[in-house]
Amino acid sequence: MATAAVPLDEATHAGSHEISFIRKYIFSTDHKIIGIQFMLMSLIFLLVGGILAAMIRWQLGFPNTSMPGGGILPETMAPGGILLPEFYNSLVTMHGTIMVFFAIMPLLVGVYGNYLIPLKLGAPDMAFPRLNMASFWVAVPAGILMMAGFFVEGGHAAAGWTVYAPLSADPEWTGVSTGQQLWLLSLAVLGLSSILGATNYITTVVNMRAPGMTWFRMPLSIWALFVTSILVLLAIPILSGAAIMLFFDQTIGTHFFDALDGGQPLLWQHLFWYFGHPEVYILILPAMGFVSDIIANASRKPIFGYHSMVYAIIAIGFLGWVVWGHHMFQSGMNPTLGTTFMISTLFIAVPSAIKTFNWMGTMWRGNIRFHVPMLHATAFVAMFVIGGLSGVFMASNTFDIYIHDTYFIVAHIHYVLFGGSLFAIFGAITFWYPKMFGRMMNPFWGKVHFVLTFIFFNLAFFPMHSLGVAGHMRRIYDPTQYEFLQPLQPVNTFISISVFLLVLSQLPFALNFILSWFNGAKAPDNPWDDNGLEWSVPSPPPHGNFKETPTVYRGAYEFSSPLVEEDFLPQNKKLDSDPEPAQAAGH
Amino acid sequence: MAHAAVMQPPPKREVGADVYNEKLGMWVFLGSEVMFFTALIGSYIILRFGNPDAWTAPGAILNIPITAVNTFLLICSSMTMVKAFAAAQDGDQQRLKLYLVATVLIGATFVGVQAYEYTQLVHHGFVPSGYLVGGELAERAAAGELPASVGIYGSTFYTMTGFHGFHVTMGVLCMIFVTWKAFRGKYTATDHRGVEVIGLYWHFVDLVWIILFTIVYLI
Repeated sequence: MATAAVPLDEATHAGSHEISFIRKYIFSTDHKIIGIQFMLMSLIFLLVGGILAAMIRWQLGFPNTSMPGGGILPETMAPGGILLPEFYNSLVTMHGTIMVFFAIMPLLVGVYGNYLIPLKLGAPDMAFPRLNMASFWVAVPAGILMMAGFFVEGGHAAAGWTVYAPLSADPEWTGVSTGQQLWLLSLAVLGLSSILGATNYITTVVNMRAPGMTWFRMPLSIWALFVTSILVLLAIPILSGAAIMLFFDQTIGTHFFDALDGGQPLLWQHLFWYFGHPEVYILILPAMGFVSDIIANASRKPIFGYHSMVYAIIAIGFLGWVVWGHHMFQSGMNPTLGTTFMISTLFIAVPSAIKTFNWMGTMWRGNIRFHVPMLHATAFVAMFVIGGLSGVFMASNTFDIYIHDTYFIVAHIHYVLFGGSLFAIFGAITFWYPKMFGRMMNPFWGKVHFVLTFIFFNLAFFPMHSLGVAGHMRRIYDPTQYEFLQPLQPVNTFISISVFLLVLSQLPFALNFILSWFNGAKAPDNPWDDNGLEWSVPSPPPHGNFKETPTVYRGAYEFSSPLVEEDFLPQNKKLDSDPEPAQAAGH
Repeated sequence: MAHAAVMQPPPKREVGADVYNEKLGMWVFLGSEVMFFTALIGSYIILRFGNPDAWTAPGAILNIPITAVNTFLLICSSMTMVKAFAAAQDGDQQRLKLYLVATVLIGATFVGVQAYEYTQLVHHGFVPSGYLVGGELAERAAAGELPASVGIYGSTFYTMTGFHGFHVTMGVLCMIFVTWKAFRGKYTATDHRGVEVIGLYWHFVDLVWIILFTIVYLI
């Protein structure tokens, strides 16, 4: 095999060479271990973010009453268990920040970018394994910095997760100085981690594919992660630059966002959303990719419209750069410019609808296996449609005047970020768990978790649409202070109870995740009868992944092919009719 | 020779760009760097158009002659970098080491001159927040010779040139590592990836400086 691209010395090392515990599990350069490290870290942050959400909902559902267990919080946060308004602002800010930057984003990109890209492409590891290790170990201090903000004087950042200037630029407004600075520093450090990761992913996808793995044979999860990596690469440095400017405003007295001395507060919003809107697609594109893989697998049919799926991913990735102004319709904007942003935003409905109809086309008349990942994937499609449709509402800048900064927005973001991304993450975790840990998760408790989460998610977030249309502002501390909101207070209480049950519904998942790791049934190599290359190696795969570089003969979605007896046809299975991939010149 | 064979770029395949990983990775990373400097330069343009009065005539506060010399030095270092790469391609170890050392020295000189420039500016009373209270420049502003407030001028000047200086410093550190490897004879005529990759970064940082010098100092 002179054409084998795998550095063979590395592959043969794996069996013969014992690696110390620290090198193997802590400072590991193995993309699979790094993926699992990211997973454990971001699941912990997911839990933290969920607890913060429950605290927010306590105040909204039962304003100014003592929170159960709130007594353990210090006087500066919740004297007598009653949350202080300042602390409530920190909770809102940090729930958003932690969920976006430390839970959903690393779960999608850090975990599955790392775990799946080399395995699904037939590569022994990432292009730069040591850089990969660095990207995780840069993310850890970023997480510590972010959590440290809770323990400093003045409390944590309290200007919202979008940290709009001038609110964020001057401690005078929020009473927060060190917390906000730690917030900015943490995101700048995390940005470095993301950029290192994205550089690695892009290089790996371009250069490390196995023979025969042409661009249009790549699984859609990899296409999605590839386009996402490009967005990360180009969007994150904008945030880093903006965060550094705001950090300097706070620390060394620069005036970037200070209108009194020549700065421009609106500049922050432009920079933040110029990063922030691509970020929105960073948070949904990988989810779409995982769901495509899962739906095709569970429907036992080729994905409907593979090429249009790929072009839709690319189109969404591109359109993400030209719509940021729709976050700023009410910030003061030339109406002509507003209309431009409205139209470009509405365009996104086209590729999104292409994807939605293709998922339905894939399921149509399929012999569907409703395994746990598929339940989450179908929930993703349904919830994404609801979140996507409310997005069309908000894109209309005349309607946006009415629902701007209300709970309608909160409902929308949670339908796409929880109903969309998080359901896809649950799907991906349950789908690839056997490969990652070599054990099966318990399907019964998986279904219990799914049903409870699906019910309480909708009970919690659907009524928020109504609250928003009724004028309920977001980020307010005590809705009962407003006379027009008092009749709506029972809805707030209902939502809060649903959120508490939603958080509790994650218990079966957490237990299932932990207990299956030790006691789950041994996973076979290919428990879902899937075609991807990752299923052709043992569960979990050994260091170096493949004994010899696989050769790829087809795309990843050849289910129910008439050419073979089984209803799946792995990408690396050679049939007599398959030609060898074109050999490179010089071999 | 077995070791040299491992160091070779991977063989050409039907998939993949016809570029080895390190070079592709550096190009990808530079894409990210472009966006970082775009954030700084874009903000500079918007802030300056929004408040043109905060800027002085070129040279009124900043020392253009010394920076022009520094710019010339940095361009020279790009040339020595090219020479080092050409020497690596020829397998000429002596010239490779000579030109790498020259690049390190010129790069370090650039950072040194910038540090001197900052010291002088602070001495005259020009700091990131604008005029230093009671400084020489503040007095001249009070006399009406300079704009009343240059806060945003100072903010953009120090942030942009400072981050460029930080990038040059990082480049010099990496260049020292490459030079150390060159002295150990790690680069051959067939494999000198490290020299090429650091060269890409070096030329990028040089190019950014030419833009910064033009828009920050000359316009």
